[in-house]
Amino acid sequence: MNGEKRYVMVVDTRLCVGCKACVLACKAENNTPDGYCRDWIVEDIWGIFPNLRAEIRSERCNHCSNAPCVDACPTGASHKVEGGIVLVDHDKCTGCKACIASCPYDARYVHPEGYVDKCTFCAHRVASGKTTACVAICPTKTLHFGDVSDPHGEVAQLLASRRHKVLHPETGCEPNLYFLT
Amino acid sequence: MQRRDFIKITGTTALGVAVATSLGLPKSGQAESDPGTDGDHTVATFCELCFWKCGVLAHVKDGKVTKIVGNPMHPLSNGALCPRGTGGTGLLYDPDRLKKPMIRVGERGAQKFKEVEWPEALDFVANKLKEIATKHGPEAVALFVHGFGGSFFRHLLNAYGSDNVGQPSHAQCRGAREVGFQLTFGAPLGSPEVIDLENSRAIALIGSHLGENMHNTQVQEFAKAIECGAQLVVVDPRFSTAAGKARYWLPIKPGTDIALLLAWIHVMLGEGLYDREYIAKYAIGLEQLRAHVADKTPEWASLETGLDPAQIVDSIRLLAGARPAALLHPGRHTAWYGDDTQRARAMAIVNALLGNYGRRGGFYFPTKLGVPKYAGVPEFAHTFKRAPDRPKGKVFPFGDEGLAHGLRDATIPGTADYDLKAWIVYGTNLVQALPEPKKTLEAIQHLELLVAIDVLPAEIVGYADVVLPEATYLERWDDVVVTPYKSQYIAVRQPAVAPLYDSKPGWWIAKELANRLGLGAYFPWNDASELVKARLEAGKFDVAAVLKNGVALGPGKPVFLEDGAPASFATPSKKIELFSQQLADAGLDPLPNYTPPEEPPRGQFRLLMGRTPTHTFGRTTNNRFLSEIYSENELWLNAQVARDMGLDDGAQVRLTNQDGVKSTPLRLKATQRIRPDCVFMVHGYGHTAPGLRFAKGRGVDDTALVSRSKIDPVFGGTGMNVNFVAIERA
Repeated sequence: MNGEKRYVMVVDTRLCVGCKACVLACKAENNTPDGYCRDWIVEDIWGIFPNLRAEIRSERCNHCSNAPCVDACPTGASHKVEGGIVLVDHDKCTGCKACIASCPYDARYVHPEGYVDKCTFCAHRVASGKTTACVAICPTKTLHFGDVSDPHGEVAQLLASRRHKVLHPETGCEPNLYFLT
Repeated sequence: MQRRDFIKITGTTALGVAVATSLGLPKSGQAESDPGTDGDHTVATFCELCFWKCGVLAHVKDGKVTKIVGNPMHPLSNGALCPRGTGGTGLLYDPDRLKKPMIRVGERGAQKFKEVEWPEALDFVANKLKEIATKHGPEAVALFVHGFGGSFFRHLLNAYGSDNVGQPSHAQCRGAREVGFQLTFGAPLGSPEVIDLENSRAIALIGSHLGENMHNTQVQEFAKAIECGAQLVVVDPRFSTAAGKARYWLPIKPGTDIALLLAWIHVMLGEGLYDREYIAKYAIGLEQLRAHVADKTPEWASLETGLDPAQIVDSIRLLAGARPAALLHPGRHTAWYGDDTQRARAMAIVNALLGNYGRRGGFYFPTKLGVPKYAGVPEFAHTFKRAPDRPKGKVFPFGDEGLAHGLRDATIPGTADYDLKAWIVYGTNLVQALPEPKKTLEAIQHLELLVAIDVLPAEIVGYADVVLPEATYLERWDDVVVTPYKSQYIAVRQPAVAPLYDSKPGWWIAKELANRLGLGAYFPWNDASELVKARLEAGKFDVAAVLKNGVALGPGKPVFLEDGAPASFATPSKKIELFSQQLADAGLDPLPNYTPPEEPPRGQFRLLMGRTPTHTFGRTTNNRFLSEIYSENELWLNAQVARDMGLDDGAQVRLTNQDGVKSTPLRLKATQRIRPDCVFMVHGYGHTAPGLRFAKGRGVDDTALVSRSKIDPVFGGTGMNVNFVAIERA
C-alpha cells in the first residue's frame, strides 16, 4: 500500500446466502444482455452426507493489479483507470477473445454486439462517490467496496482484522477480490 | 498448458505494470462505463414481488422504469433488496401480461375468450353478482385473495354482504404457527414476524430455510446476527443454505420434529436450562409440562428422528446457553403434516422456556402508527353469515381466518353448510396454491361466476368467466400500509408509471363494480390517491414528505420488557399457557403429542417443497428477468441413492405419486445435501397455462403431486408434506 488509490471488493462468505440479488442488481444497473451476467454465485459444498461444509461466494472480475487481460489485449481496449479498475473500451475491442483466454477467473464474455464485456466495479457510480450496484443492494452486507490504500477505510480494516483469501493466488495476477472466510 | 504458461509470463511483468500505473491512469471510467440506467427521477413505493412490502425506489427515465433499488428510509428494506425486488421491471414489462378485459366464449377452462371494453366486462360481473344475491344470497360469493391490493375487493365483498374470504397464505402456509402461538402467548406472529433476529445470540431453525426464503428484513437481521457471532442450530432434512452456516445441522427425519422438540423440552427441564424466574412470573402449566415430557428422553427422540442423542442435547444446551437472546424461529410455511399447530405449540413452549418472549433477541411486542380511516365510509349495516369453509357438521375450534381450501370444497354442492356459487379471485393462482388440485378444477365447474383479477394469465385465469387485467404495483395507488413492527412506520404505494395496455388499478375495478352494484357509498373517494392523501392529512402527516419518501417514521415505543414495554399475554389466563386449557376444553391435546409419520412405501420418497431466493412461487416464474437466475425447478435426491438407482446428476426423471399422479419430466439434482428418504423441489413451476409463454412447461408443478393432504384438527389447515413419489428415468 503505497498510498495510491486501489479499489478492492471484500466478500464475507460467512454472511452470503447466495440469493443473487447482486447478480440481478448488476444486470439492472448495467443493462447487460439477456443470458449474460457480470457477477455470479459459486456454492462450494464439501463432504458426504451428513458431514458437509459449504462456502458461498459472490464472484466477478478481480480487477487484478497485474491484469493478464490488459497485457493480452492487442488493441489496448482492456485498460486500467484510476484506482486500478480494469475496463474494456468497446470501440477499441475487436472481440478477439485473447483477454478471455488469459483471465483465470472466467470473468469476461463476448457481448452480442461484438465487444468483450465484464464487471466495471461500477466505475460510473464510483466516480460520483457511490458504491457499486451489487454492494448497494446486498441484503446481508456480504459485499464491501472501497479504496484499500486508506488504512482507516472499511475494506482495509476488514482485511486487517479478518482471515481472508483470494482465488488463484498462484497466477501472480494480484487479484483485488478478497473473500473473508 | 498454454494458458498456464501465458499467466506465468504476465506474472513476470508485474513490476512493469506497477510502474505504468504510477505514471498516471485515466481519471475515471465514468463516461465509458456508464450504462445510463439512472432515472431522471425516482418514485418511492413498496414492492409486491412477494408480500413483505419492502420500500423501493423506482428509477424512471423517459417514462420507463429502468431499475428498482431499495429505499434507504424504509425500515423493511434499509436500502437493500432481495433479488426479487430488483425484478419488478420483469413483471411490469412482461410481454405476457393481461392486456384487455376478456369474457369467456368457450367451455370453462377451454381458454377461449373475447376481448371486451371495461364497461361490458364490469356490467357482466355486476349483473351476475346481482343475480346471485337474489337467487342464493350474497354469501354465495367468495373472494380468494393474495396481495395488498386485495383490500379493495374485501371491502367490496363486505359491502355486497359476504365475508367469505380465503387466503391460501393461511391454511396452506402460516396458519398453524399463527394459531399455535396465539394459543400459547395470546398473539399471532404476523408478517413481519414479531421476532428480533438481529439481537439473537443463538438461533434455531426448524425447516425454515432463511436465505433461500428471502424475506428481506429477516435475512438482513439473520446476517447481522451471524456477523455478531450468533450460533445457529438448523433442523432440516436438507443441507439448506442456513445449515451451511450452522454450528449444528440436525438432518432430521421428516415429520418427527415434535419428537425432537419434546426431547429438547425434556433436557431443558431436566438440566434446569430454562428461565425459572420468567416462567414463574409469566407462565402457567410447568408441572403438567414436566410430567408430559418425563419420558421424552434424547435417546427416545433419537430413535424417532434419526438424530444422534448427543447432538440433540448439545444443540439445546447451545440455544439455552444464550437465553434470553436465543430464538427458535417460528417458521413461516408450516402446513406440513396435519399436526402442525401442535408442532407450533411445541416451538412456542421451547421459546417460552428460553424466556425470550418480550425480550431482546427473542420476540417483541409490536407497535404501529395510527392512520385514521377515510371519513365518510359507512359502517356495514348487515351481519355476515358464517363461512361454509369446512365440511358440514365439522368444527375446527381455533383460527379466525377463512380456510381457502374449505371455501373451494364448499363450492361442490351439498358438502358444506351452504353452497358457494361465485368466486372472485384476486392475485392467487388457486390451481397451484391449493392441495388436491383435481378438487379445485371440479369445484370450478359448479360455479355460476368466476372473476379473475390478475396481472398475468396464470392457470386460474384460464378458467375464469371474466378476466379483469390489473395494473402492476408499479402502475397504481393502493391504500396506506400500516404495519405492526418493532419500529413505527407507515408506507404508501404510488405509481411510477401509468398503467400499460388497458389494465386498471384494483381500487378502480372495485369502485366501478361497487357503483354498478349500488354500493358506491362505500367508495366515497374519487380515486385511491385521494383516499391516501386524505387519510395522511387526517393523521397529521406531512403528505408531500410521505409521498416523496414513500414512508413516514414514528417516534417508536418500547417493544421489549427490558425497555419498559408492558408484558401482555392475551390468553384466557393472561399468562403464557404452556398447558393449554383452551385446547383441553376443545377436546384436543393440551400439550403437544408426537405421532410417528407414515413411512414412505418401499421405493418411494417423501416429497418436500420449498423456495428459491429469486422467486415467489408460481407468481414470478414467468418473470424473464428473475428467471435468468432460476428458470426451472429440479429434483433434489441424495447422491448415494441416485447412484444406487443408476441415475446421474442432471438426468431427466419423472415422478409418480402414491395416487398414481404422474409428473412431467424434470432434471435430477443428485446431491449430498439431502437425506436418502425424501426428495425436494422448489414450489411454483410446471405451469400449463398457455398464456405464460415463458414459464409454461418449465420444471414440475409440485402441487399436482399433492393429491393428498392431512387436515389439522385445531384449525383446519392442510398438511401437504404427506405425499410420496417414485422416481423413474423420463
